[in-house]
Formats: sequence, C-alpha cells, structure tokens
Amino acid sequence: MRIRAEGLGWSARGRAIVEGITLEVASGETLGLIGPNGSGKSTLLKLFAGIAARARGSVSLDGTTLSGMSRRDIARRIAFVEQQAQTAEALSVRDAVELGRTPWLSPLAPFGAEDAAICQEALARVGMEAMANRSWTTLSGGERQRVHIARALAQRPQVMLLDEPTNHLDIHHQLSLLRLVSELPVTVVIALHDLNQALGCDRLAVMEGGRLAALGPPREVLTPERLARIFRVGARVLTDPADGATQFRFHCLEDQP
Amino acid sequence: MIRPATPVALIAHVALRGMAGVAVLLAAVLTGVILGETPLPWATVWAALANNLWGAGLPVDPIDQGIIWSYRVPRTLVAAGCGAGLALAGVVLQALVRNALADPYLLGVSAGASTGAVAVTIMGVGAGAIGISGGAFLGAALAFGLVAALARAAGGGPAHMVLAGIAGSQLFNALTSFFIAKSANAEQARGIMFWLLGNLSGVRWPDVTLALPVAVLGFFACLWHARALDAFSFGSDAASSLGIAVRRVQIVLIGAVTLMTATMVSLVGSIGFVGLVIPHAARFLVGPRHGRLIPAAALAGAVFLIAADVVSRMLIPGQVVPIGVVTALVGAPGFALILVRGRVRG
Ligand SMILES: Nc1ncnc2c1ncn2[C@@H]1O[C@H](COP(=O)(O)OP(=O)(O)O)[C@@H](O)[C@H]1O
Ligand SMILES: [Mg+2]
Repeated sequence: MRIRAEGLGWSARGRAIVEGITLEVASGETLGLIGPNGSGKSTLLKLFAGIAARARGSVSLDGTTLSGMSRRDIARRIAFVEQQAQTAEALSVRDAVELGRTPWLSPLAPFGAEDAAICQEALARVGMEAMANRSWTTLSGGERQRVHIARALAQRPQVMLLDEPTNHLDIHHQLSLLRLVSELPVTVVIALHDLNQALGCDRLAVMEGGRLAALGPPREVLTPERLARIFRVGARVLTDPADGATQFRFHCLEDQP
Repeated sequence: MIRPATPVALIAHVALRGMAGVAVLLAAVLTGVILGETPLPWATVWAALANNLWGAGLPVDPIDQGIIWSYRVPRTLVAAGCGAGLALAGVVLQALVRNALADPYLLGVSAGASTGAVAVTIMGVGAGAIGISGGAFLGAALAFGLVAALARAAGGGPAHMVLAGIAGSQLFNALTSFFIAKSANAEQARGIMFWLLGNLSGVRWPDVTLALPVAVLGFFACLWHARALDAFSFGSDAASSLGIAVRRVQIVLIGAVTLMTATMVSLVGSIGFVGLVIPHAARFLVGPRHGRLIPAAALAGAVFLIAADVVSRMLIPGQVVPIGVVTALVGAPGFALILVRGRVRG
C-alpha cells in the first residue's frame, strides 16, 4: 500500500514542530526516518498515523485521504508502534497482543479462533510465545517492545509505522527485528537512531529542525558533509573484506583521526 | 484462559454466565428483603412477594406486607442499582483517565451532582425526583467539564486529572455548604446533611423506576464499549491507532458515567468508596479485560451496596447509620487489602 504525505505540519504553542513535509512511500518500500533528537521524527510518525490533533496537510493511502476514512478503516491498514506506550493494568502479554485485533472486531463479531491464531503467530514472530501468560508489569524494556511489535503484527496492517523500535533491544533482537521488518510484505516507515542500521533501508528521510533535509537512497543521503552538519559527527566508510559491505565509523568532529 | 471456539459455544458460555450473575443478584435482593430491623420469616416474605407480583392471595399481615413491598423491596432494588451504577462509573473513569484512583467521588462528579441536587431542593427550581435528578445531572456534567478543562490546562496527564478532581470536589462541596448556609432553614439543613452522607431510608417505588433503567442502560452502554475500554490501556493515542473513535467513545461513556452518578446521588446522596473499591476488587477476581470486568463490577457493586444497606439498618438497633459511613468502614480496609495483595501478586 502506497502512503503519501502532502504538506504535513504540526505546531505546539505557536512553534512549528514539523513543517512542509511532502513525500511518498511506495508499496512494500522501507523508509528510514533519521535525524537528531527533537528533529520531529516522532511527531511526523504521529502525523502519518493520523492521530495528531490540529494537523496541517494531508496523508493518503493509495490515493484516499485519511480524513475521509473512519478510525477503524485506518487501523485496519496502518499499525503504529509508539516510542513509549506503557500501562499500569495487569495485562498479560497475550492480552496486549490481542489488542491488535481491535479494529477487526465488534460487539457482534467477537474474538474468535482465527483471531487467536493470528495472535499466536504474531507472538511467535517476535519470539514471545513462551512468555504469553506473563504480566506486562514484569517484562523488561526489550520484551515490552517486542510485545508492541507483535500487537502491531496482529493488526495485519499494510503499512507499519515504527518509532525507534530497536531501542531497549539486545543486539540479537535488534537484528532479528530489522530482518522481520524487511521481510514483511508491507510498507514500513521506521525511525532509527543507528545510522549503520539505517543503511539497510530502501530510502532514508533525514529530518532537521522539523523539516525534511534530504530524501533518497542511504548512500546518497548519508554524505560526510551532511553527517557533519546535521548529526555533528565525523564519519569514515569502512568496507568489510568478507562481502564488500560498508559501515560507518563515527568520531567526534573535534578529534579528527 | 479457555475460550469457546465456535459462535454457538460462545453464546452458550455468555448466556450461562449471565444467568449465573442474575441468580446471584436475585439471591442478594431476597436476602436484602428478608433481613432488617425486624427480621421477618421467609414464608411471610414469600407470601408478600407472591401477592404483589402475581396476586397469589396468600394470607399475610397487611403491616408486614407493607414493610416488605413498599419499603424493603424498593430500597433493596435501588441499592442494587446504585451499587452497580457507581461501580461501573469507577471502572469507566479508571480506564479513560488511566488512573487507579479515578472514581466519581474523587473526580468531583459526585460533588457536582450533590450541588445540583441541593440547589434544586433549596431553591425549588423544578420539582420532584426528576427535577432533583435533572439538577444533579447538570451539576455533575458541569463539575466534570470544569475538572477536565482544568486538567487539560495543567498538562493533561492522568495525575493532573486526579489533582483537578480534588480541586473540583472541594469547590463543589463548598458551594453545597454555601447554598445550605444561605437558603436552608435548620430543619432542611439537617435533612440535607443526612442525605449527603448517603441514605436509603426515603426510597420508594418511583425511585426504582429511575434507578434501575439508568443502571441497566449504563451497564449495556459500558459493555458495548468493553473492547474500546481495553484499547485505552496504553493511552488514548494507542486507542486511536487501534481504530477507536476516541472523542465519540469518551463523550458517550462520560455521558453514561455522569448520568449514572447524578441519578444515584440524587436518589441516595453521595456514597463514597463503591466507585473506587469495587472496580479494584472485580479486577482482582476476573482480571483487567473489560468484557469480564464490567459484568463482574456491576454485580459486585450491586451485592456490596445491598449488603451495606442491610448492615446500616441493623448495626445500631433503632437507628439508621448513613450508608456512606458503612461503605467507608468496609471499603477502606478492603482497599488496603487489595493494595497489599495486588503488590504481592504483581
Ligand atoms: N506536545 C508537545 N508540546 C510541545 N512541544 C512538543 C510536543 N511534542 C513534541 N514537542 C517538541 O517537538 C520537538 C520534536 O519532537 P519529536 O517529534 O519527539 O522529536 P524526535 O522524535 O525526532 O526526537 C521536540 O523539541 C519536542 O520537545
Ligand atoms: Mg522520538
């Protein structure tokens, strides 16, 4: 499913937090969203999800604007994993994942065997089936993050919006999550902090002060000049002799190696 | 958790539990009717009920029949309706505000309802039970609106809502006292003060026809939105991205809470602790999912308030203790127990 933003903007207390974002993500594409802290990544993802109040501009899915769709219809297409979503309720892991079925259910179409199977599969995808009956409050940060991902998968979306989903994850789960995301046949917009991980995306959007500073294939976008100006780091490209893949090695701008 | 696999099994499962719930409720109502200052034998109660329900024509002392049919039955039914309504109000507020402390009492809704009811009583605006209930509804809606606006201005978090609720309660309680001091005569003031602490002695049949429909309507409104309430577990943004029309659900459910609280307060005064403790007790028994929590809380609330009313009638012979005092006496230690047990289990 193709998702398009047209002139997206959002202000808080008279200050523009995100301004003038126009971009399109093709069906099945993975767009990485990068930028320093406070550059507006989370806000932009909320705008994409259509849940920010007083938003400017429009978002459309395959040409249909979100403002013309019901919340339920949107939730059947877009799943959103927020940066921080916590609960004090004594929900179990399975309860939390089952929330993902909400847009597909109603009082007259209750949770059934098929929904249970979808949730079970989602739990398996993030390696949480063994912990299905654990209480949310007893989970570590990384386990909670994986439950959120499973909840989003249980939503069976065609677009996934993920806000720094690799935070709190150990390296094994970071890599398996990125692999899972790239294997899913869905359109993905993913905010990332690790620029080496961002190299794996199809395209990158670089945010700076709420505006889109660059958009394109990772190696074209992540030039040493741009890394120095926006991220305030120096970077050198290293090549893995085993397969020729490249990685950045970062250093402070003050100490030139 | 075991889930029925087919729709037929599901319907059977729900029907069975529904009937079990209704049976428990009926047993509680009967117990409430039998027990009282003057214990009446089971046969007399049965005869009085049979005579009035289907004209059985059994021989009963007319005084006993009057006590049972005109006094104890409506009183017990109203207690059940109030208990269920206040417990449901607590469940909904705790879910929407995402704060374990939220209940109609703490958020100022009860205080607003009292102010509205007292204003109507003293100043004679409108008349009768409907006029007082209407005043209570306006007061409750006004209080909730003010509290929500204050919480939003303060930053809009779950803690702000409770803080704003405390401010709102104080304001409306002060307004109530002001109205009483300004306009009520000594006799009126005494009556109102007694009613404010919660009191079912004045309850008659017309009150039943207000309390029960409101409780039943509120129950189904809440049950219909059970899944939406679950979706609020991770906040309103998460609910929205799960396909919940957040604004509409909030308006419908807050409307239901306001209606239930206002009706119950206008009939029996402001009874604390039911809206706070019963939802936690029910959560402790059946877990946090609202599909089970809502029926469990409604039933537990109804049974609890019937029991509290019986105790309030029997505690001191010849004297009625305000039911709010009884609910607090049981509720405070009960709440402490849930807090401690909840921590041990979590
Ligand atoms: N509700 C809000 N009110 C005021 N400022 C906000 C609000 N939400 C975000 N901001 C500000 O907007 C900027 C961008 O925030 P955010 O989108 O979370 O950035 P990022 O995710 O890139 O770190 C930050 O400076 C943040 O303080
Ligand atoms: Mg962020």
